[in-house]
Amino acid sequence: MGTFQIDFGDAAKPEHIIGIDLGTTNSLVAHMDLTGPRIIGGIVPSIVGLNTDGQVVVGNPARDLLLTHPDRAIYSVKRLMGRGLADVTDELKFFPFRIASEGSDQVLKLKLGPDKITTPPEVSAYVLRHLKAIAEEHFGEAVTQAVITVPAYFNDAQRQATKDAGRIAGLEVLRLVNEPTAAALAYGLDKRQNGTIAVYDFGGGTFDISILKLHDGIFEVLATNGDTHLGGDDIDNLLIQIAIEEIASEWHQDISGDQEAVQLLRRTVITVKEQLSFLPVAMIELRYKGKTYQREIARELFDKLITPLVNRTLEPCRACIADARVTVEQIDEVVMVGGSTRIPLVRSAVEALFRSKPHTELNPDEVVALGAAVQAGILSGAVEDKLLLDVTPLSLGIETMGGLVSKLIHRNSTIPASATEQFTTAVDGQRNVLIHVLQGERELVKDCRSLARFDLKNIAPMVAGMTRIDVRFMVDANGILQVTARDARTGQEQTVEVKPSYGLTDEQVEAMIDESYVKADEDMKERQVREARVEADQIVKATEKAKQEDHFFELPEDERSMINRKLNELLVVYHSDDYLLIRDKIEELNQATMHLAEVRMNTAVRSKLKGTKI
Amino acid sequence: MDDFFSVFGLPPKLLIDVEDLQIRFYKLSREHHPDKFARQGQEAQRRALETTSLLNDGLRILKDPVRRAEYILSRNGHEVAEQKAKDVPAELLEEVFELNEALEELRCGDDSARAQIEAALANFLAIRAEIDVELVKLFGDYDQAPTPVVLTRLRSILNRRRYIENLAGEATKTLKV
Repeated sequence: MGTFQIDFGDAAKPEHIIGIDLGTTNSLVAHMDLTGPRIIGGIVPSIVGLNTDGQVVVGNPARDLLLTHPDRAIYSVKRLMGRGLADVTDELKFFPFRIASEGSDQVLKLKLGPDKITTPPEVSAYVLRHLKAIAEEHFGEAVTQAVITVPAYFNDAQRQATKDAGRIAGLEVLRLVNEPTAAALAYGLDKRQNGTIAVYDFGGGTFDISILKLHDGIFEVLATNGDTHLGGDDIDNLLIQIAIEEIASEWHQDISGDQEAVQLLRRTVITVKEQLSFLPVAMIELRYKGKTYQREIARELFDKLITPLVNRTLEPCRACIADARVTVEQIDEVVMVGGSTRIPLVRSAVEALFRSKPHTELNPDEVVALGAAVQAGILSGAVEDKLLLDVTPLSLGIETMGGLVSKLIHRNSTIPASATEQFTTAVDGQRNVLIHVLQGERELVKDCRSLARFDLKNIAPMVAGMTRIDVRFMVDANGILQVTARDARTGQEQTVEVKPSYGLTDEQVEAMIDESYVKADEDMKERQVREARVEADQIVKATEKAKQEDHFFELPEDERSMINRKLNELLVVYHSDDYLLIRDKIEELNQATMHLAEVRMNTAVRSKLKGTKI
Repeated sequence: MDDFFSVFGLPPKLLIDVEDLQIRFYKLSREHHPDKFARQGQEAQRRALETTSLLNDGLRILKDPVRRAEYILSRNGHEVAEQKAKDVPAELLEEVFELNEALEELRCGDDSARAQIEAALANFLAIRAEIDVELVKLFGDYDQAPTPVVLTRLRSILNRRRYIENLAGEATKTLKV
């Protein structure tokens, strides 16, 4: 094998589809290789920052920024995805999100740094773009298609916001997969061809429970339940609360408004929480502006503190078991997902409820990303024997007379699912019909979540009640609603204008894509060119050095002239912007020098040529 | 209207083998699921979405005997509308009246009403079981000869069942609180 040989892949080969776990606290990217799902790179904290040079940073640099300049970093943004201002008022007590917009705007606007205004999908897009770049670096080629995981209990707006984030990041989101379902895929549980499993997913910001039936590679979700605002973050907040109160009495100082102090406290509290998973006692320690606060927390006290939170996960579990129409005894396996399942109390509570020892073999932080990669493999055709049949977590209905909701698609229906409803006009000559779509289990409009208002436009004017319009509500395989309408008599398609209640309009997303995707694409191309040139530099240098050696002159004349020709060809294309061309020429030079490399190796002359790093 | 029976390759019968239906569902899902067409054109994806939603919607309706029967009725022009209060089956009038009173008492915190509600609930469940036996017999009749007479009887018995079901649901819900 030649020292220069580089595998650049084949341009005709279908593109890689990556699997992404876009978590509240951490994110990960994975892909399917020949042996199975693999994590690419490592854990990326889901933190986005704007450094003092005005550059956006993601992951660890952003986490450091959070400590030095708390106003320049945003974390746990997943809690805000697809939500309105009224929804997040409670969150704002604990999370230093700086809301930039008041007024009627549907999408929350956040401040990042002194003057940058952004939205939750855009912040998530930065994380996604970072993960995309990690994957591109790994493959040495562009990646544009992805599977992204979402909490099973995410509603339509939260899912749409995640999909928008993908689009803004330059990713075609081929599928949104529910996190617990992804975990089930990753576990494979191949030894068990048929059976019933429960996935308990307690992450940084969300809790999900799903019950699935396995049937020869088909993963059929029977029911799902959860709480999109319950996670490890809440445990941190409990400990922070205690510390803030004690510090107030010890230091005679309220630090709750001091973001820098709170962030330092958050970091120590997280360490304590993690230590208490394997130690009987741990110490909260805050050193701040010459003062020190120390507080021992014993496992016993910790357990007592978090018991109400852990109990809050059990009610959705019971509801899910009932909805799945199974008994606890019929559940063969329980799978644990999410960092919070490392907590011993959580494990024992789950064990007690399901009366069986839960699976914890796979790293609970990685299992969702691995599952996303398996789903990516299903979509690419690499995985043929598996198929996921998921459900919609919440019922979907429309507003009817008297502020009531008429349910059209019930929760835990296998998706894609559809329902058709006929609408008519109430007034002579009426030209449009407004349909208000809601999601939730309650009977009154005010207790359900408004998804969107659909306006059926340009209806031919007729006597009231004469026009009949069939409206089809379709929840697709991503759990996202699509609405189509047509005149029942003429069969003509009707225009449906969507006004999302808590989301970006298509135009807004397009504008954000224009703004960033194109730029990211340029950045990507630039990087590819730069990388190709670095490789070219190395091979040119190595070849020129080798040409000075005796081995070169021992080669047959035609081989030497071929090496010279290929070297010149590479130098000619070196300054072009076509990185594929540069790589082609690198490869050709590689081929031409393969024999030379072997000769050098065989004589055990270890020159720097050997060190050529690809 | 899309036909839930034909998508599974089944004749429009009321007595069906649900296990067989489930196996057909898995097999067809493997063939038609949108995941299998992710890399094909929009048209192929749209078709996959349509077929799969038909399979999912169809399985949901057909595997449940009551919804299956309601589907058959609506296909035959018998709309199964929500039962109104005035349609209380005559023989149940008194019992329903007493139940409503007991429910109200329990909601107001009078726990002594609990026993009465529990008894009523047991009675409703027994009636429902009787209705179900009758339903199966009617299903057989329909499969033999789907006459208008059978359809009319089917509709009235389903309305009655729905009424009982609602009462039982209400009682269960109140007992839980």
